[in-house]
Amino acid sequence: MSTATTPRASLVLDSQVMVRRSLVTTLRNPEAFFTALALPVALMLLFVYVFGGALSTDGAYVDYVVPGIILLCAGFGAGTTAAAVAHDMTNGIIDRFRSMPIAAGSVIVGHVVASVARNAVATTLVIGVALLVGWRPSGGPVAWLAAIGALTVFVLAISWLAATVGLIARTPESANAFTMVLAFLPYVSTAFVPADTLPPALRGFAENQPMTPMIETLRGLWMGTPIGDHGWWALGWCGVILVGAAVCSARLFRRRTA
Amino acid sequence: MTYTVEVEGLTKSYGSTDVLRGVDLAVETGTVLALLGTNGAGKTTLVRVLATLIGYDGGSARVAGRDVAREAHAVRNAISLTGQYAAVDEVLTARENLTMVARLRRLPRPGSAARVDDVVERFDLTAIADRRASTYSGGQRRRLDLAMSMVVPPTLLFLDEPTTGLDPRSRDQVWATVRELADTGVTVLLTTQHLEEADRLADRVAVLDGGRVVADGTPEELKAQVSGEILRLSYGDARTYETALASVRTPEVTADPVLLTVDVPTDAAPESVCRVLAELAAAGAPPRRVDMHAPSLDDVFRTLTAPSLEARP
Repeated sequence: MSTATTPRASLVLDSQVMVRRSLVTTLRNPEAFFTALALPVALMLLFVYVFGGALSTDGAYVDYVVPGIILLCAGFGAGTTAAAVAHDMTNGIIDRFRSMPIAAGSVIVGHVVASVARNAVATTLVIGVALLVGWRPSGGPVAWLAAIGALTVFVLAISWLAATVGLIARTPESANAFTMVLAFLPYVSTAFVPADTLPPALRGFAENQPMTPMIETLRGLWMGTPIGDHGWWALGWCGVILVGAAVCSARLFRRRTA
Repeated sequence: MTYTVEVEGLTKSYGSTDVLRGVDLAVETGTVLALLGTNGAGKTTLVRVLATLIGYDGGSARVAGRDVAREAHAVRNAISLTGQYAAVDEVLTARENLTMVARLRRLPRPGSAARVDDVVERFDLTAIADRRASTYSGGQRRRLDLAMSMVVPPTLLFLDEPTTGLDPRSRDQVWATVRELADTGVTVLLTTQHLEEADRLADRVAVLDGGRVVADGTPEELKAQVSGEILRLSYGDARTYETALASVRTPEVTADPVLLTVDVPTDAAPESVCRVLAELAAAGAPPRRVDMHAPSLDDVFRTLTAPSLEARP
């Protein structure tokens, strides 16, 4: 009988299969992918050319706003990921996966890696367009590497959070609505205007929410503004979100009883 | 005699709703067992417990000798689930779906492509193997679903209502496929609402009603529980039907208020048939049409799951 020797599940091998599955799914729905790409670019042009004139920062507004646009873009990406996971959980294939001897986290790892890949494409596009409209970062290669590293950790954390939201939500629509919060957070941070221009109550929130240290870190690396302890706060937030979401999602995947 | 499924006193509740109230069930290795029941009888809940998808509250449940709760991973190695809603990835093609299963089950690479080709051919998927599953008909989807369950032949195959929603031709095809699988010695636990399906495919039938197994046996044994022949009286109008129902004195009568038919079990002797008809004529309710038939599983099912009708005077 095949149960005599039960091979252990391998998270690495199972996840490879699931990453491939999620990437293929993304590529076979190009309309959704292009919408996700067009949106952040349109937003950046809107901020630089429409609002930029009225918002006063030191130097060109595009130099100020790029980190915020990238995080905004990651927020939209998280919405897509949460909806994709929620949609997947309503699909018959999930019952097959859950009744197979595979690692519980692999389906979610597949979604998360595909989410990071989608974000990498979107972020590259945003950076390319920013350079075209006059963004002139002063950071050298080391600063760029550090910025890319920090962004990857951030996108990984919020992708995993989004996947967990997708597991909790009953429908793709409610999953998407919940992650609207993520896409909204950058507005109440230092992404578009400095914190000292906000009313006191909002300023307190803006200075202590996870988006602000990440934005200040990126801005510091690219534009040479002071980073202070923002870098550690950014990493700390990402670490907590990542570990929490990874543990919750693996449990929810097996426990869910639809 | 070895059993692939051993269930004793299994209970499962959702809140205050008891879905399974002490199920006892055994499936002998290499046989097909049909779990028969109406909607809400607990069939799908039982399958989900045995397939390790949900936990249970009390009793015990073992599949392939392993406890479904404590040794879930070992059980998952031994089973394949073909769900009520075809468990295929719609974005992928048949070949991609099958390859995905082969990878997840760690089939060695050189042999796995040949195995996938083999399964594609066996389940008649060659013409559609490279099209996305979302474009398939219901029957094609079920065949892919079965094929995915057989990439690595399981010790126990679950078929949860495998023909629900299929047209008669696709249904016949699925039946033929399941019969072939059964002949290769796979143990199958099949759930169905259709007695004909159970009759065609199963070695044994267990009738689930109200969260308990109320009958268990071969199709023939179950049919023998309703002895003799059934006398079916058909009526053309509701009033005569009601009169007839009120005047028939046999206790195990079953009736259909929509079709206006009354089924009277008899010992098939001409005298008893004549007696029933004479009674009806005297009561002013002669039937419009009279048929005799051997009891089908449908009759068994009605008798077993509708005690309220039996109690009628």
